[in-house]
Amino acid sequence: MSFDNLETLYRQVIMDHYKNPRNRGTLDGDSLTVDMNNPTCGDQIHLQLKIEDGKVADAKFEGEGCSISMSSASMMTQAIKGKTVEEALELSKIFSDMVQGKEVEADGMEMGDIMALQGVSKFPARIKCATLAWKAMEKGVSENEKEE
Amino acid sequence: MDVKELKQMFPVLNQEVNGHPLVYLDSAATSQKPIPVLEKLDEYYRGYNSNVHRGVHTLGTRATDEYEGAREKVRRFINARSTKEVVFTRGTTTSINMIAYGYARHQLKEGDEIVITPMEHHSNIIPWQQAAKATGAELKYIPLQSDGTITLEDVEQTITDNTKIVAMTHVSNVLGTINPIKQVAEIAHKKGAIIVVDGAQSTPHMKIDVQDLDCDFFTFSGHKMCGPTGVGVLYGKEKLLEEMEPVEFGGEMIDFVEMYDSTWKELPWKFEGGTPIIAGAIGLGTAIDFLEDIGMDEIEKHEKELTRYAMEKLKTIDGIQIYGPEKRGGLVTFNLDDVHAHDVSTALDAEGIAIRAGHHCAQPLMRWLKVPSTARASFYLYNSEEDIDTLVSALQKTKEFFGDVF
Repeated sequence: MSFDNLETLYRQVIMDHYKNPRNRGTLDGDSLTVDMNNPTCGDQIHLQLKIEDGKVADAKFEGEGCSISMSSASMMTQAIKGKTVEEALELSKIFSDMVQGKEVEADGMEMGDIMALQGVSKFPARIKCATLAWKAMEKGVSENEKEE
Repeated sequence: MDVKELKQMFPVLNQEVNGHPLVYLDSAATSQKPIPVLEKLDEYYRGYNSNVHRGVHTLGTRATDEYEGAREKVRRFINARSTKEVVFTRGTTTSINMIAYGYARHQLKEGDEIVITPMEHHSNIIPWQQAAKATGAELKYIPLQSDGTITLEDVEQTITDNTKIVAMTHVSNVLGTINPIKQVAEIAHKKGAIIVVDGAQSTPHMKIDVQDLDCDFFTFSGHKMCGPTGVGVLYGKEKLLEEMEPVEFGGEMIDFVEMYDSTWKELPWKFEGGTPIIAGAIGLGTAIDFLEDIGMDEIEKHEKELTRYAMEKLKTIDGIQIYGPEKRGGLVTFNLDDVHAHDVSTALDAEGIAIRAGHHCAQPLMRWLKVPSTARASFYLYNSEEDIDTLVSALQKTKEFFGDVF
């Protein structure tokens, strides 16, 4: 009996983000807020974004869920800070493809810790956990664009 | 009961998952199907597939005989007075919705009350929320004790002269609580209310006698009791089914159709509009034969022993939190400290063990438990103490794994 396979999913860096989430909390002042949940499993995220001059100036989240969904939220907020909205959306597309096991070309995009979630592609039942925070970000950004 | 031999009757159980022999502990979600049921479905589709109650050809007659024969098997299985009281539906959810639409909405008015409990499955909450909104009736809850049971004193307190419907699960799909349906029915009747019972988690596991329980409506699903998916039962006392309106209109359920008005067939067919669930019902009939051959009392006894064993073993795991009362149906819902239920479930799956993780379609109950989600292992006639041992050692390993990586 071995949990070898499990280690491809639960990488050290994922557990680190789960235990010590980056950007967990709430933003003061003007920000856009998205609440999203995964009705089949109950994971929830409350995401706040500050967009200035077409760039993600700040991002914070609160939430409740498994290690995959919460570490992904932590990594996502870290990854999109300082990026333009277009870059953030592009990154989201790359991420979504990656966890679904599709070939991805990062094209010089800084992936950083996010790559650690590649193992999710081997666990189809967990893909939705990984993409929840990213879907919330996409929703927030698109609603912001509509308003502008 | 020879579990090893019994297990051979369930082809799904004889396979490896992720390199380990499958240990299936998710029967509260759906049970596996034994060979006789699979063969019966195959026989119907290969041998005499045709529509029922219409046409006069040979195959149609055989299909009708088998379909109505299955109804008689259900009647005997739950001890209904007559087959008029046994309606085939798509499952428990459909059955409860049919009562909420066809009966409750016609009977309820402002000031009336519907009484339920916080331990209900969403399918025994939302139809009543909707019926209350539509009629102006009030939805009330019987409070839960800290161990997840209800007391008859609280039942007496909550049900008033204004209560028209009490809807309650027989066995909770999360806590395993076995509710005292017979006593609750007595209290409800004293106050002039009827009782609707969600029997999805009880019917597969214990002898059901609707006359002894004296419930007015009783609902259950075939797929949780070795039968096919897509078939279930609505039992109702004849008088109430007579008062109840059909919710699906069309072929098969009519007597006369005029240009501007129609009349319905007699019970139970007025509730079975369209081509009924023929294969499903016939398969359910065979599932009932299968369960009765083993004996419902035997099955209940086996599960009781297994659940006691599981509770005892699981309690030895450091940092496990078990929810629900000591006396329970064949399931254990739990959480491991610091490991989310989904992560537990993924780790167990890697060991070939199938359990359920999430909110179990009982969000109000999760809020009461103050947890976002839980893990649940549920048992059936084909599970053994060996399965429990495998679960317990995999949970120990899961704890170590997540302990290490943190």
